[in-house]
Amino acid sequence: MLQLNDIFVSYGMIAALKGVSLEVRQGEIVALIGANGAGKSTTLMSISGVSGLTTGSIRYGDRLISGMPPHEIVALGISQVPEGRRILPRMTVRENLEMGAFLRDKDQLVPDMDRVFAMFPALADRSGQLGGTLSGGEQQMLAIGRALMSRPKLLLLDEPSLGLAPIIVSRIFKIIEEINGQGTTILLVEQNAKAALRLATRAYVMESGRVVMQGPASELASDPGIKKAYLGE
Amino acid sequence: MSESRITVTRCLSFLAVPLWAGALAFPFAGPWRAVQVVLVILAGVALWGLLKTDTASRIVEAVIYKASGLRATATSVLSRTRSPLFLSLFVVLLFVIPFFQNDYYRDVLTLTGMYAVLALGLNIMVGQTGLLNLGYVAFYAIGAYSYAILSTRFGLNFWPGLVVGAASSAFMALLIGLSTLRLRGDYFAIVTLGLGEITRIVLNNSDAITGGPNGISRIGRPSIGGTVLSTPLDFYYLILVIAIITVFAMNRLMVSRIGRAWIAIREDEIAAEAMGVNTFRLKLLAFVVASAWAGLVGVFFAAKMAFVSPESFTFFESVMILCMVVLGGMGSIPGIILGAFLLVTLPEVFRDFADYRMLGFGVALVLMMVFRPQGLLGTAKNSK
Repeated sequence: MLQLNDIFVSYGMIAALKGVSLEVRQGEIVALIGANGAGKSTTLMSISGVSGLTTGSIRYGDRLISGMPPHEIVALGISQVPEGRRILPRMTVRENLEMGAFLRDKDQLVPDMDRVFAMFPALADRSGQLGGTLSGGEQQMLAIGRALMSRPKLLLLDEPSLGLAPIIVSRIFKIIEEINGQGTTILLVEQNAKAALRLATRAYVMESGRVVMQGPASELASDPGIKKAYLGE
Repeated sequence: MSESRITVTRCLSFLAVPLWAGALAFPFAGPWRAVQVVLVILAGVALWGLLKTDTASRIVEAVIYKASGLRATATSVLSRTRSPLFLSLFVVLLFVIPFFQNDYYRDVLTLTGMYAVLALGLNIMVGQTGLLNLGYVAFYAIGAYSYAILSTRFGLNFWPGLVVGAASSAFMALLIGLSTLRLRGDYFAIVTLGLGEITRIVLNNSDAITGGPNGISRIGRPSIGGTVLSTPLDFYYLILVIAIITVFAMNRLMVSRIGRAWIAIREDEIAAEAMGVNTFRLKLLAFVVASAWAGLVGVFFAAKMAFVSPESFTFFESVMILCMVVLGGMGSIPGIILGAFLLVTLPEVFRDFADYRMLGFGVALVLMMVFRPQGLLGTAKNSK
């Protein structure tokens, strides 16, 4: 479904990605784990077209999407939940969700809105409240809901557990599983390697701009090196 | 250091500021003025010191509490401005009011209307999209000069002139925007600052086309069916109609899909991008629309004065218009009209204190930033 072919990205003189190749197949949950600064977020940003590639290519289905502007990539059905949630603080929950469906016809949003509200009842209660007044967990839910409003075929999640209480994290992960069950393919970037590996079908481990390991998530979870470096065992 | 010595040094430092200001004023204003400056600032410092004592701060708190009551009234006024009855009454009042006044007041009101339209135009960029424009006056000047040149050389009529003026400003914005809108935040503001100055200097030095510092005079007046509009009353009604159309257009724009996208860009540009908003194109659109409005008012200005010269288009004008947007409340139409009204009429009312106008502006803006950053009538939701 999605293929990254040896991509390089640099910010000024600093090379953030040094030849990353990975693949996401239809219906999978793929986890991308690694330490701070390994290039996980940059990988997502380059998939959604916000960061440009120096070399390499990204294919989505049979289309070449590297070099496309972000709005065209969203239109193809790739939607991102950015790191740090990035909800629109001075717009209401409902308006935030409507913005998520910016590229779609406004008259057809009701079923999607209902679906998001069913998934996150807390948001339904607060639909008229300004996004900035929500708690961290609710904001994360709003960010995920907003991304779902564009009816993505591929959902890119960047650190959905960042700064949240363990109980909220497990709820968010359950919902990610649910979204996947409803037919959306997921690429998940996480620092919480343990939870990510439990959820994912396959996983990639990144280190300073390169993929250093890959394989089925269960295999990686039992790998002694990974255990030592990322799982704290 | 002992208690008393601390008090002494503090007193000295309080004295230092007024004395320093007096010393600065002396060579320019003479001894008498310098003493006045010292006394005024000393009084200010003393008042400040007094306010910092416990009782005083409690009183100030009480006053602010009262003022927040005022705030509540302001909000309710704001919500009332949305009711159709209030709106139509207000518009009728605007149509009737100049009959009871002399030409001086009509001119002041016309000026208010002009600046209100300019500020509403700028609001699209600053209030709605979050793009700071420090050279808005450039587009005002381009509109005014386009009409001035075409009217005096080719006898262009006012009504097509309005369209041509707006279009030439919009075209200029398109050119500038295409090349510079990829810059983010402050860098773009610096570009516009430069643009404002460059435009004025070019106008000042292109003698052959713009008449240089002498400007262009005998610009054609607008006419309706053979009647030439020339009295202050005529121009009042003309700008009133333009302002009403502007308010209507802005209102539609703000609630449209485009308006939403603009707000999203202001709130978080990267998030907007990730949601599929074509941020570059929408920022360009905001720039072009805002500039077209400035061009339109420029044509009106040229026709009203029948004369344009570069000194009407200084950086100070850009700052004034920006202040109107900020003071009134970014993103709030009634707020911006109020801002324009205050910033045009207050200097007229306080003409005797014209020397201290800048000082007053500065203090007012600082106070606004501290106590009401969202502007007089801006709601928390609409403002940044």
